[in-house]
Amino acid sequence: MANFYTDNEDIQFILNNMNVAELADLMEGDYSDAKKFDFAPADAQEAVENYKLVLKTLGELCGDFVAPRSEAMDHEGNTLNDDGKVTRPKGMYEILDMLSKAEVMGMTLPHRFGGLNFPCLILSAANEMVSRGDASLMNIFGLQGIAETINAFASEEIKQQYLPDLATGKTTGAMVLTEPDAGSDLQACKVKAFQDDDGNWYLHGVKRFITNGCGEVHLVMARSEADRAGGLGLSLFVCDMGPTVHIRRIEDKMGIHASPTCEIFYDNTPCLLIGERQRGLVTYVMALMNGARIGIAAQSLGIGEAAYRIARNYASSREQFGGPIEKLPAVRDLVIDMKIEVEESRALLYETSRVVDFEIGYEKIVESKTLSSEKTKEIKQKLRMIKRYASMLTPMSKYVASEMSNSVAYDSIQVLGGSGFMRDYACERLYRDARITSIYEGTSQLQVVAAVRGVNNGTATKYISELASFEYDANLKDLLDILAANTKTMDDCVEYVKDKGIDYMDLYGRKLVDIAVKTIIGYLFCQHASGKIDMEVAVDDKGKKTSMKARKAKIARRYITRNNPNIKAWADTIKAGCTSSFDSYNEIAGAVPDLS
Amino acid sequence: MAYNCVVLIKQVPDTKRITGQAMNEDGTVNRAALPAIFNPEDLNALEMALQIKDTCGGKVTAVAMGLPAASDVLREALFRGADDAVLVTDRRCAASDTLATSYILSCAVKKLKADIVLCGRQAIDGDTAQVGPQLAEKLGITQITYVEEIKELKDDEISVKRNTGNGWQQVKTKLPVLLTVIDEANTPRVAGAKMLMKNKKARTPAELEGDAGKIKELEQKGLLIKQWDLDFLEADMQWCGRDGSPTKVHRIQSVVLAAKGTKQIEATQDGLNDMIHELIVDHTIG
Repeated sequence: MANFYTDNEDIQFILNNMNVAELADLMEGDYSDAKKFDFAPADAQEAVENYKLVLKTLGELCGDFVAPRSEAMDHEGNTLNDDGKVTRPKGMYEILDMLSKAEVMGMTLPHRFGGLNFPCLILSAANEMVSRGDASLMNIFGLQGIAETINAFASEEIKQQYLPDLATGKTTGAMVLTEPDAGSDLQACKVKAFQDDDGNWYLHGVKRFITNGCGEVHLVMARSEADRAGGLGLSLFVCDMGPTVHIRRIEDKMGIHASPTCEIFYDNTPCLLIGERQRGLVTYVMALMNGARIGIAAQSLGIGEAAYRIARNYASSREQFGGPIEKLPAVRDLVIDMKIEVEESRALLYETSRVVDFEIGYEKIVESKTLSSEKTKEIKQKLRMIKRYASMLTPMSKYVASEMSNSVAYDSIQVLGGSGFMRDYACERLYRDARITSIYEGTSQLQVVAAVRGVNNGTATKYISELASFEYDANLKDLLDILAANTKTMDDCVEYVKDKGIDYMDLYGRKLVDIAVKTIIGYLFCQHASGKIDMEVAVDDKGKKTSMKARKAKIARRYITRNNPNIKAWADTIKAGCTSSFDSYNEIAGAVPDLS
Repeated sequence: MAYNCVVLIKQVPDTKRITGQAMNEDGTVNRAALPAIFNPEDLNALEMALQIKDTCGGKVTAVAMGLPAASDVLREALFRGADDAVLVTDRRCAASDTLATSYILSCAVKKLKADIVLCGRQAIDGDTAQVGPQLAEKLGITQITYVEEIKELKDDEISVKRNTGNGWQQVKTKLPVLLTVIDEANTPRVAGAKMLMKNKKARTPAELEGDAGKIKELEQKGLLIKQWDLDFLEADMQWCGRDGSPTKVHRIQSVVLAAKGTKQIEATQDGLNDMIHELIVDHTIG
């Protein structure tokens, strides 16, 4: 009997100490849905109770039903049949059926379409647990963002047509963006969208690397303006899986085997336009991608959590040199660094999700036009800042969590040694599954490019000043002083880089972002260590317990004091002015090797 | 065709989590030391009923007999998709053995006019597997025990696969029928989010300690779990509680199983005969 919610004290502690009721108010407005839907909450307290009840049920499903099927699904993979249909692994059908019965496939959709109207924060916690059960599953469960995009931008008619079935899990979706020549550079998309004389739209062309491309609902980005290159020639469409949609191959991948990755040929497929022409990439896909990035951050976190647990369990039970290997300094250090890395990603992901919920909530308020003009103006002003925070924190979160899942899965195998290299333990699967997280939905390098803009334009400084104004416990004073100094270091680096041009900024983007990220998360750990609602957590299996707040204070101390010298070193590197990557690339890299 | 399914569920102590405090000094179960759970095979019975509803339509009603605390398992049934729930509770039910229990439950099931009655094969506390079959007798309907799968359900005819321990039988009968379901039958679904959100406040009158205002409020919201006593069931008291229970507990022994060495038995007919004789003499069997 495993429950991935109740066995994870960190998730519970963070959620207990976040103002989730405030998010419920944003999602539910005046709670008038309670009169129309017998399951909708009547007030914030009930909404929060609902979130926790549903997470607990999903936690049980992930622990008891999903995780035990993961290994077999990894071995079995997906099959492309002669008739062009894809057969999923047996366990995946069982899990999707169970998730549908659990009524969690439309977590963030409005009640009126059969959704639960939950905030993004709760979806992130759900995605994390689902991924801990099976990373591939999250690629289907987490594609709820497709429904969200339809809900945010499509006409009422399209919403009515697609959302109820997506919410019940009767249909699943695919986000169809990538093409053979358009990966990270989506502006280069070539798939054509054209109209017949009656104005009906059709799609023609090939898309590649499409996750869950065998899903029933496809959200496809295509070039609707034949004469217009770049992003402004692209629009977003929705179409059904049908006789004109041909799955040409499914990829043979390193990991996430249970998630089918398809190449699709659209042969004059009838489709419907989402929203307005030409806003496909610039508005809709950007929003879709931001949601997906948070989803991948949660997926990474789930993989990291699973990998950590295997390592800790092994380190405590494997005996060498007369005792468990976790008595050895090198192993001890590795294990608690893994644990802190996991909690670091969770701290940032949950905070990012909270900010995104404010963005969504404020947008809803502004659009509803129910407030006085003065109040609307005030919200609009706040929204401008929140949007800047969200667009900086989202890539940061994806970058930090996906890099974490790779390093924690790597270290998990390291702790298990030779055994970890064998297929007998799940850490080798987690290692393979983790590898894609820092690639898809934008590589880490692209996340850094997106995040570094926020660091350089003052957003990070402003956001950190908000974090610094939190009421922290007195025992953290010396740590807060270090964080204030780290912020100053970040500002100095930004000042230095400004004069050096955009290429230089991107060259040192990762280090700039790392400084910002470590400072931000340092503050978040201090917030957790100052939480109002403490809980007791087990220290060993003999009943010894400690306070979670005290534990978080220890983590904050280790994290901040250990990062401080690193931050100084990164700053020194940034300010050293080395441009050899530009000046001496060919000399250092040498001739292009011939691989033939 | 839609079917009216009634599922009998029991709240039981979680015997998988036995600790040193699990038994009282008098040999009875210390219920306080063990968490109370939904009897596992009753979950399989509920799942089978929900699957019938998913494919054929109809209604699923969960019935539990016990103390007001048993309302927990009824709520759990509502979370998983039961349409209605009934708690049969009455002080006069105390000390009922399986015969009295099946009589009382038969009074409740009669009121519900079931097409198909489903029970778990047995409860993990008593392990008798008697209530289901006895209930069918009291109701005067066909019973099929150890059901693993419903092969076909059409009009008023049902065909099921039952596990006989060393093979399977396929049995066909007319409705109404009582099925006892085994854990191999299915994997019970978890709670549905919306049903959880809706029914989390469902209560029995007993849980509300008779607060008329609250009872009315929940009734209006459709969140009052039905609660029936023996008067409502028009039960004959001579068949209920201690009076209706022929089972007499002679003695309770606290048995501590400990290995006391091994004995090799010759793999011959004589060897087997000797062993059986020995087991009969020390009352292990027979």
